[in-house]
Amino acid sequence: MFDAFGQIVRKDLLGAFRQQSDILNPIWFFVIVVTLFPLGIGTDPALLARIAPGIIWVAALLAALLSFERLFKDDYIDGSLEQMMLAPHSLTWLVCAKVFTHWLLTGLPILLVSPLLAIFLSLEENTFWALFLTLLIGTPILSLLGAIGVALTIGLRKGGVLLSLIMLPLSIPILIFSTMAIDAASFGQPYLGLLALLGAMLVGAITLAPFAIAASLRVSVS
Amino acid sequence: MLECKNLTCVREERVLFNNLNFALSPGEILHVEGPNGIGKTSLFRLLVGLSSPYAGDIYWQQQNIMSDRESYYQNMLYLGHKSGVKPELTALENLQFFHRLYNPTVELDLWDILTLVGLVGYENVPTAQLSAGQQRRVALARMWFSDCPLWILDEPFTAIDKSGVKVIENLLIKHAHKGGMIILTTHQDLSLPAEFYKKLMLQKPTIGEQYV
Repeated sequence: MFDAFGQIVRKDLLGAFRQQSDILNPIWFFVIVVTLFPLGIGTDPALLARIAPGIIWVAALLAALLSFERLFKDDYIDGSLEQMMLAPHSLTWLVCAKVFTHWLLTGLPILLVSPLLAIFLSLEENTFWALFLTLLIGTPILSLLGAIGVALTIGLRKGGVLLSLIMLPLSIPILIFSTMAIDAASFGQPYLGLLALLGAMLVGAITLAPFAIAASLRVSVS
Repeated sequence: MLECKNLTCVREERVLFNNLNFALSPGEILHVEGPNGIGKTSLFRLLVGLSSPYAGDIYWQQQNIMSDRESYYQNMLYLGHKSGVKPELTALENLQFFHRLYNPTVELDLWDILTLVGLVGYENVPTAQLSAGQQRRVALARMWFSDCPLWILDEPFTAIDKSGVKVIENLLIKHAHKGGMIILTTHQDLSLPAEFYKKLMLQKPTIGEQYV
């Protein structure tokens, strides 16, 4: 069972490294969107530090949206999705592997460049750690929720816009709790409770979303 | 044994076929025939459980295939119109993946398989750069190491050259001799021994039954 998980992850990573633009484009997009804000609204450090959490989170959301197409679309076109659904393993489990790889290729790079962006937006260290932790907990939730949206819209020719319309409202709670946690950190208040709420959402998403993704795929591919 | 009982397939309110009944026993090859658009591919997608029938049931070893998908899929190999081969991976990487995910218990040397399907020398080329026939061969190579008794092959000979078709025919005969079951569609005439070769002609429903 774990071998099947590993095989899917290995295959997707290998494919992604052969087509590096797929990995690099969303992360470039993320960096550029965040960089545009100081250029657009001026470089006042106090103002930037005040709005930084919102900017980074919204940019992360948009970058995630850009990358969702890759999650199942290519597999759907070349038939490997069909074959994955006919594998002698639980589809729910294989779908977890797909989402995990997606997070490795999009969520993880966002985490890795976040220190750089914190410097751009003159965040203090305490605030940065709050941002980092919310991204660490929040980006897997985005990947899981997005995967449901992709699975639902995969058979449609112009599913991209519909995907955004399904996906963005669903991510509002994550955005609210993340920015609240970062705000609390910037005022020097404890934010562990808000992180715990985010963590609860992550646990909920990990346990329920794979079933929803698998069921949506069965509906979309039939 | 694979059994279909009163199978009806409906697409966009149009009945493709209705009350289809057939059974496939070990050692039989069933060739599904019919003109384009009659519902061969739709039938195959029902048989593998990718879509669900409008009416009727499909049984594998007396078990409804929808009730225990995983054990059915352990026994079934499906090759459809879309090959399932990843274009950015090489032939060898694709086969490694198929081997480890679908038939991990079969011991084999993938180089032998590459030799058999005539892809030695191309093993390190991304499949996207291979010709249509060679890409098809990568997908078909799975038949050489599959230990599944039931093969469901939708147009397996597309883009395959004459000698390749001959090789695959022999493989099908060998599989049937071992007690395997094969369902396939193709528009080519096959020269298979009559003792285990059956044909099923899909019929258009009568005018009165065409719409639901």
